[in-house]
Amino acid sequence: MINFQYSRPGDIADAVRQIAADPRAKFIAGGTNILDLMKYDVERPAHLIDISRLPLTGVEETASGGMRIGALVPNSDLSYHPLIEARYPILASAIRAGASQQLRNMASTGGNLLQRTRCLYFYDVATPCNKRAPGSGCSAIDGINRQNAILGTSDACIATHPSDMCVALAVLEAKVHVAGPAGERVIAFEDFHRLPGKTPERDTNLAPNEIITAIELPARGFAKNYTYIKIRDRHSYAFALVSVAAALELEGKTIKEARLALGGVAHKPWRNKEVEATLNGQPATRESFRSAADALLRDAKGFGHNDFKVELARRAVVRALTQAAQGTPQSQSNKKIV
Amino acid sequence: MTFRNALTLNINGSEHEVFIEPHWTLLDVLRREIGLTGTKENCIEAECGVCTVLLDGKAVCSCILLAMQAAGRSITTIEGLGTPDALDPLQVAFLKHGAVQCGYCIPGMILTAKSFLAEHPGTPTRHEIREAISGTLCRCTGYQKIIDAIADAGAEGAQAAS
Ligand SMILES: Cc1cc2nc3c(=O)[nH]c(=O)nc-3n(C[C@H](O)[C@H](O)[C@H](O)COP(=O)(O)OP(=O)(O)OC[C@H]3O[C@@H](n4cnc5c(N)ncnc54)[C@H](O)[C@@H]3O)c2cc1C
Ligand code: SF4
Ligand code: FES
Ligand code: FES
Repeated sequence: MINFQYSRPGDIADAVRQIAADPRAKFIAGGTNILDLMKYDVERPAHLIDISRLPLTGVEETASGGMRIGALVPNSDLSYHPLIEARYPILASAIRAGASQQLRNMASTGGNLLQRTRCLYFYDVATPCNKRAPGSGCSAIDGINRQNAILGTSDACIATHPSDMCVALAVLEAKVHVAGPAGERVIAFEDFHRLPGKTPERDTNLAPNEIITAIELPARGFAKNYTYIKIRDRHSYAFALVSVAAALELEGKTIKEARLALGGVAHKPWRNKEVEATLNGQPATRESFRSAADALLRDAKGFGHNDFKVELARRAVVRALTQAAQGTPQSQSNKKIV
Repeated sequence: MTFRNALTLNINGSEHEVFIEPHWTLLDVLRREIGLTGTKENCIEAECGVCTVLLDGKAVCSCILLAMQAAGRSITTIEGLGTPDALDPLQVAFLKHGAVQCGYCIPGMILTAKSFLAEHPGTPTRHEIREAISGTLCRCTGYQKIIDAIADAGAEGAQAAS
């Protein structure tokens, strides 16, 4: 790891001032992604601005019945927060499906959103990668692409966003509160992460001189009919090949509203609201779930090693909707998928 | 020229003053500067857990934590857990169950379990224990005796608390 200047800003305004003043600076929160990338020489910041002591650690109820989560709340604390467990269990569950106890203790809420969308080659500085070195080419398209994307890909990049937490935040339609030199703004979760297009070097719509201050959850938590399923090469401590967050509102056996987000399949947590809408008013049966899954994966395209993900995702969607409808969410300790 | 920063770390209840470069991890400083070699080094990329220490009581990987970030926090390494005459209940349980083979993963394993049991008092299921230690790899034991030991220590803790 290269050496760098280290500073600890006194408040948010100071943090924004420091990052705006130094284009070679980066924030560090939990450090679990930025330091990992620095060890591989993928990131080479000249200056790390340590925001981990800023007072952004609250988890509070909002006036509109939702919750506001400070950007520095550790993933583990958020997952075990009694109000999150009770009202947004899909979020608690998705967080617990990710990484390890140690990493969840270190990782911050804001940092989890901003961990890089990536693939094996992004880490290997000896190989071409449009995300790491724009214009150099993509090694994954014709390379080892088992972990890579099947939806929303471009000729430039087929990487996946690896977060579990973000898949649940997509379903919950969270809002991202940010601050920058021009003041504060709020970004809808679906507008936060980007598809690769021609500019895979940009993962999100956050400006380089902005800081995430909080994540806001709307009042609806879908605590009754939800699940988070994560399918990976081993039961624990591996990134998702495919994951699904499913949330339903039922009226008897009829679906009033359905929300679905997929992880491990695209450059961002993947939602398709048109497909979700086709479930509204339908009976909560396997047939309905299967036709939604087919529609969701209709445009999916594999690149060789990851072709299996298309069928895997289809089945995982059906399984997730079934679990959600039955009110039997996936356990993240007993990994058996039932 | 490299510049160094003065840093005071609170480790196992005592203060240590060190002069470090900003890119040094807590693991580097514990082993090389302070000589606390109970904390092990292996993958240095948060994959294996042998470098686990407690930061304000919670298990973290010291290989991916800047030492500067630990300023003012309380750090516990395996050297700070129990004494030869009064072992920590987890250390007793690991001995009783024969949960140690080569021993390389054990400091990290015990601290991982310590953090987990502190946050989840009561009697965790084997599934929960498995998940809790999934970030701490052991290449010798096959884990079963480690899980027995943690379950036993958890049950004793729950009994002592009731
Ligand atoms: C071995 C390993 C396994 C993992 N497995 C999983 C997994 O299974 N599932 C999963 O979801 N994740 C997994 N992760 C990823 C982990 O969840 C992320 O690394 C973590 O959430 C990042 O948070 P952080 O606070 O440590 O971020 P940092 O590393 O501190 O920061 C990440 C990026 O965000 C920026 N940043 C941080 N906070 C802010 C802010 N408030 N405002 C603006 N910019 C900010 C930093 O500048 C940096 O660019 C794994 C990581 C490792 C190392
Ligand atoms: S998929 Fe994206 S991150 Fe991976 S090699 Fe191609 S350009 Fe780089
Ligand atoms: S040495 Fe830190 S996790 Fe392996
Ligand atoms: S006892 Fe040898 S690695 Fe665990």
